[in-house]
Amino acid sequence: MGLEENLPSGILLTNLEKFVNYSRSASLWPATFGLACCAIEMMSMGGPRHDAARFGMEVFRASPRQADLMIVAGRVSNKMAPVLRRIYDQMSDPKWVLSMGVCATSGGMFNNYAIVQGVDHVVPVDMYVPGCPPRPEMLLDGILKLHAKIRGETFVEQGSK
Amino acid sequence: MEFLGPILFLLLVVVLVGIALNTTVLGRGMAMPLRQMLKKPSTSQYPEQPRPVTPRFHGRHQLNRYDDGLEKCIGCELCAWACPADAIYVQGANNTLEARWSPGERYAEDYQINYSRCILCGLCIEACPTRALTMTHDYEFSSDTRRGLVYTKDMLLAPAPEGAPDTPHRDKDVRERGHNYYGGKAVSPPGLHGGDHLPATARTMSRASQVLPMAPESEADWGDAPGREED
Repeated sequence: MGLEENLPSGILLTNLEKFVNYSRSASLWPATFGLACCAIEMMSMGGPRHDAARFGMEVFRASPRQADLMIVAGRVSNKMAPVLRRIYDQMSDPKWVLSMGVCATSGGMFNNYAIVQGVDHVVPVDMYVPGCPPRPEMLLDGILKLHAKIRGETFVEQGSK
Repeated sequence: MEFLGPILFLLLVVVLVGIALNTTVLGRGMAMPLRQMLKKPSTSQYPEQPRPVTPRFHGRHQLNRYDDGLEKCIGCELCAWACPADAIYVQGANNTLEARWSPGERYAEDYQINYSRCILCGLCIEACPTRALTMTHDYEFSSDTRRGLVYTKDMLLAPAPEGAPDTPHRDKDVRERGHNYYGGKAVSPPGLHGGDHLPATARTMSRASQVLPMAPESEADWGDAPGREED
């Protein structure tokens, strides 16, 4: 961010870091990126039963420019990979990627020529959620772990990503 | 009797509002949120109060043990063969007199499940001949690395039961316990007891005593059954 060079180090900046990280984690807006069956569980996570609004992330943004988190829900085919990368590039910093389900994580049971064997070949992934598909609680667990990870981040780490 | 007027008026209003809510489209639309406001919200308070899963939920795997602490897994790799996602890795090894992990000849020296591939379908559970592999209700295992999703044997193995020693056991101790693991049909490691392949548990329970004598199989027994020559 370049902020840490201009401000004196010490208590001010650490507290600022904590405050900024808390704000980021408490309103993490996901981009809609449902690719397959996992998207159904992702929608269920946003719905009233599991209610992602409890964590300030009920607004699934249709525009990547307004989103902070890309939940890659489903298998990524080779044809979809460049699209996924473009959407990731269009998201504004800071941004995070959550790989939902085994297909996005490693290709899962689709070990074949059509499927990218893990979305981390295309974009950097911050959290892997296994399961086929993961139940909404499983996804919430991954998201909460990601929240904890964001709260522990420093500005330097975020800038170097 | 001057208070009768307002009461009748209120009654009339209530009846009219009731009719309006029930008959008109707008009224029914307005009545819906009013009814819902009285209902309990159905949101699950997940991290604080997780809802129980169904009894047969397919969660994380577990490698089970017998009551005496021996492992049930015999390293047969049938789970790995059944796995549609190639998520299971099993490395079998021989039990010895000094170190016995499981009844029978073999045990799983290494056992890994790659949860970045596993689809939790349960085909491995169906394939397991000893019920060594079952599934738990645990589903919270997201990780921020792919390496963190590979579960090794020490993470999958159930803890030893109360009072039972951890594996490996000495073969002598297992024999003294005299448990009947597989109907007495589990055999010792080859060559341990003169190669007689006696049951691992007790010498007195010989395999031959449990198997019915075979019918004699000779050409004469077939007799002159029709169609024998055509075969």
